[in-house]
Amino acid sequence: MKTLTAAAVVRPADGASVNPAEVTPAPLLDVTAVRADFPILSTEVHNKPLVYLDSAASAQKPQAVIEAERQVYERMYANVHRGVHDLSVRASDAYEATRGKVARFIGANSPKEIVFLRGTTEAINLVAQTWGRANVQKDDEILITALEHHANIVPWQMLCEEKKARLVVAPINDAGEVDLEAFEALLSTRTRIVAVAHVSNALGTINDVTGMTALTRARTRDAVVLVDGAQAVPHMPVDVKAIGCDFYCFSAHKMYGPSGMGALWGRKSLLDAMPPWQGGGDMILSVSFEKTTYNEAPFKFEAGTPNIAGTIAFGAAVDYLNGLGMGSVAAAEKDLLAYGTGALASIPGVRMIGTAAHKTSVLSFVIEGVHPHDAGSILDYEGVAVRTGHHCAQPVMDRFGVPATIRASLGVYNTRADIDVLIRGIRKVQEIFA
Amino acid sequence: MSSDLRDLYQDVILDHGKRPRNARVIDGATFTQPAYNPLCGDKGTLYLTMDAAGEKIADAAYVGQGCSISTASASIMTDFVRGKTRDEALVTFGLFHDMITAPPDEASHRAVADLGKLSVFSGVAEFPARVKCATLAWHALKAALADGAPKTVSTE
Repeated sequence: MKTLTAAAVVRPADGASVNPAEVTPAPLLDVTAVRADFPILSTEVHNKPLVYLDSAASAQKPQAVIEAERQVYERMYANVHRGVHDLSVRASDAYEATRGKVARFIGANSPKEIVFLRGTTEAINLVAQTWGRANVQKDDEILITALEHHANIVPWQMLCEEKKARLVVAPINDAGEVDLEAFEALLSTRTRIVAVAHVSNALGTINDVTGMTALTRARTRDAVVLVDGAQAVPHMPVDVKAIGCDFYCFSAHKMYGPSGMGALWGRKSLLDAMPPWQGGGDMILSVSFEKTTYNEAPFKFEAGTPNIAGTIAFGAAVDYLNGLGMGSVAAAEKDLLAYGTGALASIPGVRMIGTAAHKTSVLSFVIEGVHPHDAGSILDYEGVAVRTGHHCAQPVMDRFGVPATIRASLGVYNTRADIDVLIRGIRKVQEIFA
Repeated sequence: MSSDLRDLYQDVILDHGKRPRNARVIDGATFTQPAYNPLCGDKGTLYLTMDAAGEKIADAAYVGQGCSISTASASIMTDFVRGKTRDEALVTFGLFHDMITAPPDEASHRAVADLGKLSVFSGVAEFPARVKCATLAWHALKAALADGAPKTVSTE
């Protein structure tokens, strides 16, 4: 793929690519226009323009998403799936329309394969507590990797504890890539669940989840593959059918949508066979004191009044990303990652943590002689928001022998100028701690 | 550097952060108190040796890893509490905590005036995200002196 230059990015009114000399598969992202969509980017922090480099923790929201949520409350709010009155019908239609948008966005077969939840963490817990509890037995194995977020470790530990099953961890190399030979060797007929991140939140590594799924099919009896897609969906085109996995989990708030929203995609046959999770309204067909008949998937996993406005705003976030084009997003962020990696490498005393060949736009690093928290406070005073800490991935920190890292994570609104401010901030950190 | 940052990263703090005093293990200490900040992963162990009467702190040391604020705080604290009684040390904990968490009113000003060398940490008040860094060792001190139970103290 040809390297794109953010400064040269132009998108004409008709949305088509210009500059025919560029042979690229996707139109260039007009970052200036994108930035104008995000109100918070024009705010200041400590009297400095905000440079937001923490999108992997949570992304900022475009006006379209903010407006969508507001419109729900101003024009169509009522409970969903419950009323015959007009507002309820309109709210239900918008809510269900989002299910279709989300399904298409990740290449699912049907909206009925999309369960709306609070986020990736809840999606993983749901699978662990339903499919897992129904299918995992004593001495079975659950295989994860050494680069997982705590959300893709702890729910499996809880399940293993309950079932006396074993959690098995595939190692990563010094670049932060999963050792696929070791991964394959750990698969066996005892493996019941394989749970892997599509992209590492702490390192940015893009895992070969398609290959890992194929290995799982070849080496296990009928293990299911769950992919934690929280850090992938905002940054690249995702097609769950092409991956071939069984479950795919992701969060709206990392894809420029509202917080407290997310989705689980699962194969319809699996969702249908899984026991329900929480009991309550909307997840039932009929209830008597003797017997309750559960609703079909996905509704049987959505007990209680859901986050109606958040779900509809989630749909607006999907529309927004579709408008940009995920191919364009991936290309722009790839260019920015290369620029940032080069800029950080030019500073003596800075060490990158996570140097995989295939990465999303995550720059995780440490500065010699400076604790990440001290760097974070000084960068904050330059208006630069980065995450400092273990990024809910303590085993990854242990693997690299550091207590914490500084993580600059990029989104659709970031520019080379943002990276330049970060670099100047790092030099200031080094001056103070010289 | 902005004045707030300069207040946070005073030379005394940078010096103690780079070269912590009393960074040693005390074999046979009266209290060996682990400390942990799950937010950032900072962890350490506070060692206190009480005098024969069990009233005064005869020796204090802290071994751990952390940011410059938490390292300097442990370093200066272990210097400060040596020779203090148990009650004096616990009162100092309260004053120190007030200084870096309270709004800049009369009470916190009084705390600063009473704290002598510890007042170099008054700038932390402008950085709420760093309060836990500055108080990690102090929470360990309080836990050790208040009940003496050697369970890990957490800032959470």
